Amino acid sequence: MSQRVTLAKALNMGLRRAMEDDDKVLLMGEDVGKLGGVFRITDGLQKDFGEDRVIDSPLAESGIVGTAVGLAMRGYRPVVEIQFDGFVYPAYDQIVCQVAKIHYRSRGRVKMPMVIRIPYGGGIGAVEHHSESPEAQFAHTPGLKVVTCSNPVDGYWMIQQAIACDDPVVFLEPKRQYHADKADLDDQATPDPLFTSRIVRPGTDATLISYGPMVKTAMKAAEAAATEGRSLEVVDLRTLSPLDMTPVLDSVRRTGRAVVTHEAHVNLGMGAEVAARITEECFYSLEAPVLRVGGFDTPYPASRIEEDFLPDLDRVLDAVDRSFDY
Amino acid sequence: MSQQSGDGFGPDLAEVFGPAHSDGGPELVQLLTPEGERLHHPEFDLDFSAEELRGFYRDMVLTRRLDVEATALQRHGELGIWAQLLGQEAAQIGAGRALRPQDHVFPTYREHGVAWCRGIDPLQLLGLFRGVDHGSWDPEERHFGLYTIVIGAQCLHAVGYAMGMQRDGDVGTGDPDRDAAVLAHFGDGASSQGDVNESFIFAASYNAPVVFFCQNNQWAISEPIERQSRIPLYQRALGFGFPGIRVDGNDVLATYAVTRAALQRARDGQGPTFVEAYTYRMGAHTTTDDPTRYRLSDDVERWKLRDPIARVEVYLKRNGLVDEAFLEAVAEEADQLGATLREGCKALPDPAPLSMFDHVYAEMTEELAAQRDGYAAYRETFEGGVA
Repeated sequence: MSQRVTLAKALNMGLRRAMEDDDKVLLMGEDVGKLGGVFRITDGLQKDFGEDRVIDSPLAESGIVGTAVGLAMRGYRPVVEIQFDGFVYPAYDQIVCQVAKIHYRSRGRVKMPMVIRIPYGGGIGAVEHHSESPEAQFAHTPGLKVVTCSNPVDGYWMIQQAIACDDPVVFLEPKRQYHADKADLDDQATPDPLFTSRIVRPGTDATLISYGPMVKTAMKAAEAAATEGRSLEVVDLRTLSPLDMTPVLDSVRRTGRAVVTHEAHVNLGMGAEVAARITEECFYSLEAPVLRVGGFDTPYPASRIEEDFLPDLDRVLDAVDRSFDY
Repeated sequence: MSQQSGDGFGPDLAEVFGPAHSDGGPELVQLLTPEGERLHHPEFDLDFSAEELRGFYRDMVLTRRLDVEATALQRHGELGIWAQLLGQEAAQIGAGRALRPQDHVFPTYREHGVAWCRGIDPLQLLGLFRGVDHGSWDPEERHFGLYTIVIGAQCLHAVGYAMGMQRDGDVGTGDPDRDAAVLAHFGDGASSQGDVNESFIFAASYNAPVVFFCQNNQWAISEPIERQSRIPLYQRALGFGFPGIRVDGNDVLATYAVTRAALQRARDGQGPTFVEAYTYRMGAHTTTDDPTRYRLSDDVERWKLRDPIARVEVYLKRNGLVDEAFLEAVAEEADQLGATLREGCKALPDPAPLSMFDHVYAEMTEELAAQRDGYAAYRETFEGGVA
């Protein structure tokens, strides 16, 4: 059945379906129960599945992730919610030292099928610690898989696929997209596999590579470029670890130009990895160096100037222009 | 530093709790004195058969031998490092023997005696410290988790696992073969960690069937317990909303009795308990450590008089519960264990280099497979190729 839904609603529906399909799926986090989460992503689930499956937890991020580790060891599939990106750090040790390594440490005897949901990114006018993009910190950790959705349809399918995955998945939700746009969701469709990137707009002159909240900006940039006679191909990475570079490399071989854009700081960010791999694989196809457009290497600024920090359509197009200057 | 009585903030802490570093204080649960005298306790008294007592003795002797041999193997360069348990045998054997098969243990990296009680091959412990793996036993088969090096991290896993037992309906059914509990080990140093305190809160909030078993061996590497806590550790439990008990950690009968009662309380659905086993680390924190830099030899000498094995031996002899043949048989068994460990440790094979790529993920990624294959091809260019 098809219906028009927001990303927030799509994630809620995806979580519900996962819980219906497998009674080992548990939700856990601060305020996820009666309140339905601060973004209402888990709205109504505790009412329908009970307090043993949608667990309101004490305010302690390491505690949430650490107890979820124990539940996973016991055969459950916990889905934990970190309320905001900047609050994940108290749980960072549990995520990178325990969640990521227990399967390896146990030589595969203990699985860690956990999903760590993190609303991430800026653009909502929030105070400090509520607008960060920590994806590279997790993508740099072997043992974790890191994905991010950019639209309601992906949100619906990807959350279910992440829950079904036997590896721990850091699931990044672009919070400024939660209620931004609606899309037609067909819950009978066959989704793309989870760890794949996808060309979301075909083009011939340059490749724009993005993910999560910046895909919408990249699409707008491509629309604007089209009015000026430039055809930009847009790739939504969707998966950050593992990176699915095949669509990216195929695209760059055709277009000869690549611009990577994300909200996170440029220095040592995902863009650096993508640029390095393009350079290694497509060196002789490139007409220009791979360029990066990201957040500046500053702490996330006060929200009144976050529009200057976040890459926008103009900064992306400026980078495209520079690519054509070579 | 201490609060003065009459200042409006209550009495002086030292007056209320006494010095943190003491002989354990009057609240210490003890069933067997260092002199081998049997005591009785109003809450935790148990009758022990001669066979049980001899079993405790044997377990402690063999565990000590394992520890001594491993320490020697490290000195000979066969182990990268070893975390010694010397002096803590009673705390570990008492707790380990109180477990039922269905209970689950979350150890730190020093629980060699508890591992012994769970039937873990000591060579598997040596393998971890030799560096051939990160722990090769099956945690579910043995109901004994892999050693956790990050201090206190496993206490949260223990609570989550216990919450899983609740959800599985394995708590409070009244069926002794089904009702289960979790035993979470940590040390006095770990009691300062956030994860340990968070695990107390989660356990209390969800009434999780978990026993927090703290071996207060007085030292977090070089930091004494006075630097960790101004009050006896067991008294912290009250602030989290569950009972805390201090037991003589060098008294195997008392640690057994107290842990057994706490585990039963958890299995019955009455929630968590904090057990502080008051003991002393006679050796170093690990073999990289030099305790002569930070503690007095007088302390060590004083604690030698409280040796956990000697008091059981005295009791057994005095009451005619052992003969020389038994003692000799245990000594012989210890010698055999030592020989087995010396030979077995050196014979542990190094893992194949390419095995480092295995089990990073349940579902291998293409990019990691490409790295593995690339490294395999690279090795092929050398004589000998891939091991």
